[in-house]
Amino acid sequence: MTMKEDAAELYRQREKRVNDAIALRVPDRVPIEVLFGFFPAKYSGMTVEEVMYDPEKLLQAQMKTLLEFQLDMEQNPYGIRFLGPILEVLDFKQLKWPGHGVPANLTYQFVEGEYMKADEYDHFLLDPSDFMMRKYWPRICGSLKGFEKLAPIHSIITYYMGIPFGFAPFSLPEVIEALDTIKKAGQESMRIATYSRAFTEKAKEAGFPMQFGAFTQAPFDTLGDFFRGTKGIMLDMYRRPDKLIKACEKLLPFMFEIAVNATKVSGNPRVFIPIHKGIDGFMSMEQFKKFYWPTLRELMVALINEGLNPCPLWEGDCTSRLEIIKDIPQGKACYAFEATDMVKAKEILGDTVCIRGNVPLSILVTGTTESVRAYCKKLIDTVGKDGGYIMDSSTGLDDAKPENVKAMFEFTREYGVY
Amino acid sequence: MSYKLSAINFVRRDVMNDKLVSLMADLMEEETIAMVKELINGGADPMAILNDARSAMEVVGKRFESGEYFIPDLFMAGEMMKGISEIVKPLLKEGDTSTKKGKVLIGTVAGDIHDIGKDIVTFMLDVSGYDILDLGIDVPVSTFVEKTREFKPQVVGLSGFLTLAFDSMKKTIEVLEQAGLRDKVKIMIGGGQMDDEVRKYVRADAYGKDAVAAVNLCRQWIGG
Repeated sequence: MTMKEDAAELYRQREKRVNDAIALRVPDRVPIEVLFGFFPAKYSGMTVEEVMYDPEKLLQAQMKTLLEFQLDMEQNPYGIRFLGPILEVLDFKQLKWPGHGVPANLTYQFVEGEYMKADEYDHFLLDPSDFMMRKYWPRICGSLKGFEKLAPIHSIITYYMGIPFGFAPFSLPEVIEALDTIKKAGQESMRIATYSRAFTEKAKEAGFPMQFGAFTQAPFDTLGDFFRGTKGIMLDMYRRPDKLIKACEKLLPFMFEIAVNATKVSGNPRVFIPIHKGIDGFMSMEQFKKFYWPTLRELMVALINEGLNPCPLWEGDCTSRLEIIKDIPQGKACYAFEATDMVKAKEILGDTVCIRGNVPLSILVTGTTESVRAYCKKLIDTVGKDGGYIMDSSTGLDDAKPENVKAMFEFTREYGVY
Repeated sequence: MSYKLSAINFVRRDVMNDKLVSLMADLMEEETIAMVKELINGGADPMAILNDARSAMEVVGKRFESGEYFIPDLFMAGEMMKGISEIVKPLLKEGDTSTKKGKVLIGTVAGDIHDIGKDIVTFMLDVSGYDILDLGIDVPVSTFVEKTREFKPQVVGLSGFLTLAFDSMKKTIEVLEQAGLRDKVKIMIGGGQMDDEVRKYVRADAYGKDAVAAVNLCRQWIGG
């Protein structure tokens, strides 16, 4: 076989290994996938800042790490790492990143805030796009502040309704500046997309499929993370529960559409869904059932009906939610867990969804290779039993020790054979 | 959370308005605020109202400990306390004092800007009667040292969400040691990626899984 045929065969095997696990079949061995985070940069002697700004360095770091660790599926890094230039163009306020609030070698971090005020629910519910363009973007992007001057976008309808006067604000200097920003952001966006596509191709040539073809969120998390803030949305449960639920319902078709469109472009059915505010401790079971789960469940079921595989990462501990989140179609989703009781997860969810995780970062960063192997063994013996399981760390690797990561991969490949 | 219970000085009173306490403990915001206004208009002692609010907060804290209340409920209780303080505080006389159980210094370590977990711990310690100084987020090692010296806490709480906080915590504890302050305080850590493995690595005295654990550690170390 030529090298090319070899890579194609490995690609097919890896795809089958993961798909078998998701479909709750027994693969040839336990698949292993991780979210690398900024680990590849550190592993290649680069700073976080370098890979956030230099797409070629990011490519070099990511490919080196991929080829050395040989995970079954890779995560395309461009949409989540190569962000420096576009964030700068936008003068983005929701993140602190190297050179903009954190030192060169620390990961970027989200800035909590009430980016939509409580009395703006009505505007959001009436017309989310208009609200975002004229109120929200100017708040989260310093360079789009000029859009505050625009008339409601939905007021520009036709020849005597809107056109004669509605376009006038587009001649204001602040608005022109914001439009100029949009053009530059468009170019940066296109650069990210081009590199992203090229990376997927390059990895494929080397025999590695991508873990995910799309990204979406639980509507409650989108509303809570990016609009209302954690405290804001939690108080809304008391002060304006109906509006909170309506806003989640308003976001639901957007969250569905974002995922479906991306999977059409990527041709990859796996949809990554990080779960933030629905975890144990963050709300009661009643609150979870009333505010969080209904729109998330509807989103996942709609994605499954489109032939896609929802892949939520249940952050924190979700042990108390297991019975509820079991309620989705069988053999279509993959649930990754961070600190949930994995044995209980297998017991309750084992015949419904594939389970993924959860070697703790504490062990991978501070522990020994023996403790890594011992933890992996326990996972394979219990959760890995009879398939339906993917080995992974508890969350993004970032600062993990390379020898510990290596131990996790090598042990899984040897011991994880069915 | 912007409000701080300990900013208000309490004097224990024998008479308690059970209705006010239970309305507030049940997080009935509108009803509680309406009742406070009504009581004030009827000439009630503002200090008695604050004491009732404080009793209600203790109930809230207990319900959180027992797993009946969660973070949204604590946020709501905090907002109600803030609302009551705004009505009552301007009417208070100066000079009332209260005794605190002990001092706790808390902050999110250098490089990490996450504060939700830390705020919940601060809230629960405050409600539980500790004098707590919150240094905020991304707190430089030197600030922890300086404030430990000034404030003289019995307990220092280091918070962090990301793995990058491991080394910041380690460094903070090392520098406290170099400054000769390590044996004067108990150090607890908590947040996102923390666990007992990290506790060993950073050489803290204890790891706490949540705000209830933090309160229990302080009870164990300081009493109260």
